[in-house]
Amino acid sequence: MSSNSFAYNEQSGGGEATELGQEATSTISPSGAFGLFSSDMKKNEDLKQMLESNKDSAKLDAMKRIVGMIAKGKNASELFPAVVKNVASKNIEIKKLVYVYLVRYAEEQQDLALLSISTFQRALKDPNQLIRASALRVLSSIRVPIIVPIMMLAIKEASADLSPYVRKNAAHAIQKLYSLDPEQKEMLIEIIEKLLKDKSTLVAGSVVMAFEEVCPDRIDLIHKNYRKLCNLLVDVEEWGQVVIIHMLTRYARTQFVSPWKEGDGLEDNEKDFYDSDEEQKEKADKRKRPYTMDPDHRLLIRNTKPLLQSRNAAVVMAVAQLYWHIAPKSEAGIISKSLVRLLRSNREVQYIVLQNIATMSIQRKGMFEPYLKSFYVRSTDPTMIKILKLEILTNLANEANISTLLREFQTYVKSQDKQFAAATIQTIGRCATSITEVSDTCLNGLVCLLSNRDEIVVAESVVVIKKLLQMQPIQHGEIIKHMAKLLDSITVPVARASILWLIGENCERVPKIAPDVLRKTAKSFTSEDDLVKLQILNLGAKLYLTNSKQTKLLTQYILNLGKYDQNYDIRDRTRFIRQLIVPNEKSGALSKYAKKIFLAQKPAPLLESPFKDRDHFQLGTLSHTLNTKATGYLELSNWPEVAPDPSVRNVEVIELAKEWTPAGKAKKENPDEKFYSESEEEEDSSESSSDSESASGSESGEDEEEDHSGDSGEDSGESGSESEAGKGRAAKHAKARGKGDSKDVDKEKENSKSSESSSGESSSIEESSSDSESESESESESESRTITKAKEKKTKQDRNPLTKDVSLLDLDDFNPVSSPVVLPTPALSPSLIADLEGLNLSATSSVISVSTPVFVPGKTHVLLHRMSGKGLAAHYFFPRQPCIFGDKMVSVQITLNNTTDQKIENIHVGGKKLPMGMQMHVFNPIESLEPAGSITVSVGIDFCDSTQTASFQLCTKDDCFSVNIQPPVGELLLPVAMSEKDFKKEQGQCPEDLL
Amino acid sequence: MIHSLFLINSSGDIFLEKHWKSVVSRSVCDYFFEAQERATEAENVPPVIPTPHHYLLSVYRHKIFFVAVIQTEVPPLFVIEFLHRVVDTFQDYFGVCSEPVIKDNVVVVYEVLEEMLDNGFPLATESNILKELIKPPTILRTVVNTITGSTNVGDQLPTGQLSVVPWRRTGVKYTNNEAYFDVIEEIDAIIDKSGSTITAEIQGVIDACVKLTGMPDLTLSFMNPRLLDDVSFHPCVRFKRWESERILSFIPPDGNFRLLSYHVSAQNLVAIPVYVKHNISFRDSSSLGRFEITVGPKQTMGKTIEGVTVTSQLPRGVLNMSLVPSQGAHTFDPVTKMLSWDVGKINPQKLPSLKGTMSLQAGASKPDENPTINLQFKIQQLAISGLKVNRLDMYGEKYKPFKGIKYMTKAGKFQVRT
Repeated sequence: MSSNSFAYNEQSGGGEATELGQEATSTISPSGAFGLFSSDMKKNEDLKQMLESNKDSAKLDAMKRIVGMIAKGKNASELFPAVVKNVASKNIEIKKLVYVYLVRYAEEQQDLALLSISTFQRALKDPNQLIRASALRVLSSIRVPIIVPIMMLAIKEASADLSPYVRKNAAHAIQKLYSLDPEQKEMLIEIIEKLLKDKSTLVAGSVVMAFEEVCPDRIDLIHKNYRKLCNLLVDVEEWGQVVIIHMLTRYARTQFVSPWKEGDGLEDNEKDFYDSDEEQKEKADKRKRPYTMDPDHRLLIRNTKPLLQSRNAAVVMAVAQLYWHIAPKSEAGIISKSLVRLLRSNREVQYIVLQNIATMSIQRKGMFEPYLKSFYVRSTDPTMIKILKLEILTNLANEANISTLLREFQTYVKSQDKQFAAATIQTIGRCATSITEVSDTCLNGLVCLLSNRDEIVVAESVVVIKKLLQMQPIQHGEIIKHMAKLLDSITVPVARASILWLIGENCERVPKIAPDVLRKTAKSFTSEDDLVKLQILNLGAKLYLTNSKQTKLLTQYILNLGKYDQNYDIRDRTRFIRQLIVPNEKSGALSKYAKKIFLAQKPAPLLESPFKDRDHFQLGTLSHTLNTKATGYLELSNWPEVAPDPSVRNVEVIELAKEWTPAGKAKKENPDEKFYSESEEEEDSSESSSDSESASGSESGEDEEEDHSGDSGEDSGESGSESEAGKGRAAKHAKARGKGDSKDVDKEKENSKSSESSSGESSSIEESSSDSESESESESESESRTITKAKEKKTKQDRNPLTKDVSLLDLDDFNPVSSPVVLPTPALSPSLIADLEGLNLSATSSVISVSTPVFVPGKTHVLLHRMSGKGLAAHYFFPRQPCIFGDKMVSVQITLNNTTDQKIENIHVGGKKLPMGMQMHVFNPIESLEPAGSITVSVGIDFCDSTQTASFQLCTKDDCFSVNIQPPVGELLLPVAMSEKDFKKEQGQCPEDLL
Repeated sequence: MIHSLFLINSSGDIFLEKHWKSVVSRSVCDYFFEAQERATEAENVPPVIPTPHHYLLSVYRHKIFFVAVIQTEVPPLFVIEFLHRVVDTFQDYFGVCSEPVIKDNVVVVYEVLEEMLDNGFPLATESNILKELIKPPTILRTVVNTITGSTNVGDQLPTGQLSVVPWRRTGVKYTNNEAYFDVIEEIDAIIDKSGSTITAEIQGVIDACVKLTGMPDLTLSFMNPRLLDDVSFHPCVRFKRWESERILSFIPPDGNFRLLSYHVSAQNLVAIPVYVKHNISFRDSSSLGRFEITVGPKQTMGKTIEGVTVTSQLPRGVLNMSLVPSQGAHTFDPVTKMLSWDVGKINPQKLPSLKGTMSLQAGASKPDENPTINLQFKIQQLAISGLKVNRLDMYGEKYKPFKGIKYMTKAGKFQVRT
């Protein structure tokens, strides 16, 4: 309270400047509540007088001060009668401020508020659309239940208004009325249904918002408007785009079948290449079942793509989540670049985007791997951003990049931000468990941290080490001893508890130390934290069972202390342990098994990402951010097994055509200007006559036509324009299209050539890529390349019917946004690209964007046979991942097997015999390889874009074996995505021998 | 959607509230204050705070928290982006967005907010439209208003609201027609101890100031559009032209706006224009540490580096520093441990350096980590990525506009680890 009154004083002081000094006398020393009240009274008297004066300037001043009071949260409700009189003021600013006041206080003064209603009713009929709209806005914002019927009437009328701006306001009013009186739902749905048919981009966003608020379950209302919404989307204002995209995502999940491959579940897409050939074949068989994407599904995915370039982060996120939830997995990759771009934005935007990336990166690592460095932490980032970045780095860690990441983590551990340093230690622990190759390195690093000066760092390390040791049932006596020593110095309870637990668990391995630790902790028992006390009890119990001779008395002592502890948990535990371990006549059958109970093998804890279970929330939602279901969260349904009838969306196509016909006529003359679609020639008209009224006039003329036919019954209307459009449709569009767009005709021809093309069938990318997959399995490398080439061409031809299909459903006004489809095009390695870039400077050239490999062959090549390697066998294969050791290097994974019955020690790369210019990044020496053990390491080789052999020596402790790697030419290439046109062009520029 | 908005200053006072639906008591902000207390630093206040009945989404800018209250599920970025737009609008209207300015213009603020949201859903967020609805306060207008009694509220529906180019008003007239474009690139980099680059990226924007009569249709083309890896546009840019021809074609908004932001593809190596030589050492035994940094030019393409400032957050153990700069002025705040050195221009003949000693807390152990050095600098007339505008053409209007392009390179988040 005191702070509030203080705030008031300060504010009234600050506000005085605007009050023209008139208040100087009345605001003297408003100390204490009474003073404040009385000065308020005086002030209000004064305001009342000003409001009743007949000078507008005095009224305006009064209103300005009242608004100032509202803004500060002060109560100005007693001025209601005086203010409401001015609702019909001629001065537009006074009127606006009165509106502000009314909306704020009408709820509290319902009877008086009714006085103003007639003014609004009159204003609703005003010829000026701005006045009509604002009257509706205020009328619907007055939350007085008695006027519900009046509001209803007003909304109904406004929804048929000629001005789209008024209709937009009507859509907003729907939500207000619904929250005031939910019983009006049915009537409101009717209005929503009507407004959904509206073709104005101004209305679309608002009405979908109303739909989401009032009847999100009435998905059937969307069917007929689906295509229109998809096509309008680019031109809708940005806020409307967000709402529409979210709604359409939900819609798509109920209406289309899954575009995701069978067996390409969320987790196992990484594992594919480890599977045996047979399994792969099985999978390929399954995949062969043709999946055809509904053209409407494709339409949505295609039309949202340009919005990834929006300046509005909310729009970009909305498109990203749409791609994530409904696009084929191979196409979702394009969103990562845009999301990474958002990381340059404000910290709040970063926070939300990073959270979403964290969830995505768990399921599909590959998407964000190329952007690893964008997630590196800067010391100036706020802690919450740092921790989210760390989370993503952990998710992206794999064998190939872990060494770079660990080096980066080393910097973070030393950070002055201790919370962040602690989080890094957790991260190192998680990397150690998920990537077995580095677990020892990580463990050693963590042990080093135990001697850190900062207690938080040490404590966190202890906790993580405990978890790691638990996972590796190997002897780590030394580390345990070291940690036992730490117990003297460390004070953080979690860390102490962890050490005690570790000692208890391994008490038989450190028989000398354990009783001593128990002795020390028994001494300090009473001053310990509850968490530690419980672990002391545990330790005592375990020692009692294994080494009762030495520790019997100590344990009894601790149990006695625990019996009288203040915390009931500890008393409980003490009682329980005593009954279980100390034999007495009452003890039941259980005490025999005490040892088994206490010293059972405990399953190691799984160190998991906190974002693991967030994926069941739709990305980009509040619920996802909070990881709890927020009020009003709408579950994203699972894909239906069988697609619901797609023809429900067809009906309106004719209707739509009718609506568009008037706008379309001028359009056909200039088919090049597509971006603004309908808007373009409205713009033309407004250009020709700068008078805005005439522009809106011509538009409202269209509206009239539409409304007219709409009123006279939707299906009765075989009106002139409609039947005309219908005819056009029946003529297979060839005629209509022929007028303007010769390209499409070409496409059509090409289409009819292709044998496969029938309107219902279009092969998907997945299918074709899986084809080439199974084929290249059997062929030799070079052959398979040519096949891929051929395949590719075929794929393209296949794709044509697809785009064609969509454009069939499109109207001429909406030429498909030619999106370069992500295509598994093998292209040249980076250095070659750079060369080409230099060659090609024409403005129309494309951007080469590197994509992730669609298919990675599981085929391995023998590097060293076990016979010639004295039991050491080595195989290699090309993972087709970007090499982390350098841009120009090709990454090669080598699997080493020990087929002997004894350890092979110190495996490393010895002398290298590389041709000129070639470089190789070797793996770190492997200390030892257990019998029958196997280990995979990765190396990077720069083959200089040639198929020269890289020879080097693979050495063990005793022997050296010369081995060599010769890359098939295909492995030197980098997968990139480019459009067909660009591909042809690049192909033309390529020297023949490279193809 | 958005129920209410509270503006809270850094000392925790709510100095403005606005409600779009039923009034939400300002006591809901108590949850926010709690979170603020827990976070210790303003930067660390979580942007989304759940309370039993509401959700508080906030942005922090200009030392003011803009806290939006919402009740039901909504994309959080939607609200956050909108709040940022509110701040941008205020800045646009009043020049600066600060507590006193908002308090002084509370009526205009209220009117603007009223137009920006209807029932919590954004209505008019384009600054061109807003400025037609509610004229920004200028001294001249205030004088005129008091004399003539006219208002700063427009009584015409902004034409943009209905037209297909909502970002541009009709009937714009200038006597001098001019179009200026600033290509500004920022280098984000992390440089490690030894001076090698850990990550480096170039992000750029093209900010425009267009004052042209009528409805001009502009096209802007680049010499090397391939450099642009990822772009985001002002809504006025025609996406299809960009896709097919790599040309920016647009009807510009009136006044200042950001035409394009871009990211230069990662395959291009980033030229780092400065280097920092540093020698910062703490010794275990002594209570004195050595501090020495030198800044020098590296790959500057023959341009001078200006406006260099060096800041560094020193470890807590540092009590004070006694340093001598060879040029510029430096300050060290013993409370926040923030060192800042305003270097100015770098003269390659005589490299600026800052040398001296740090006094450390007696008896305390030496800090684990050397401080990170943050660098700010500017290079005029250079776009470090090499991006070049080829030409700017205007269609749709007859007059000859005056055109100008300026290039600049700045440090973005430029850090040197030591």
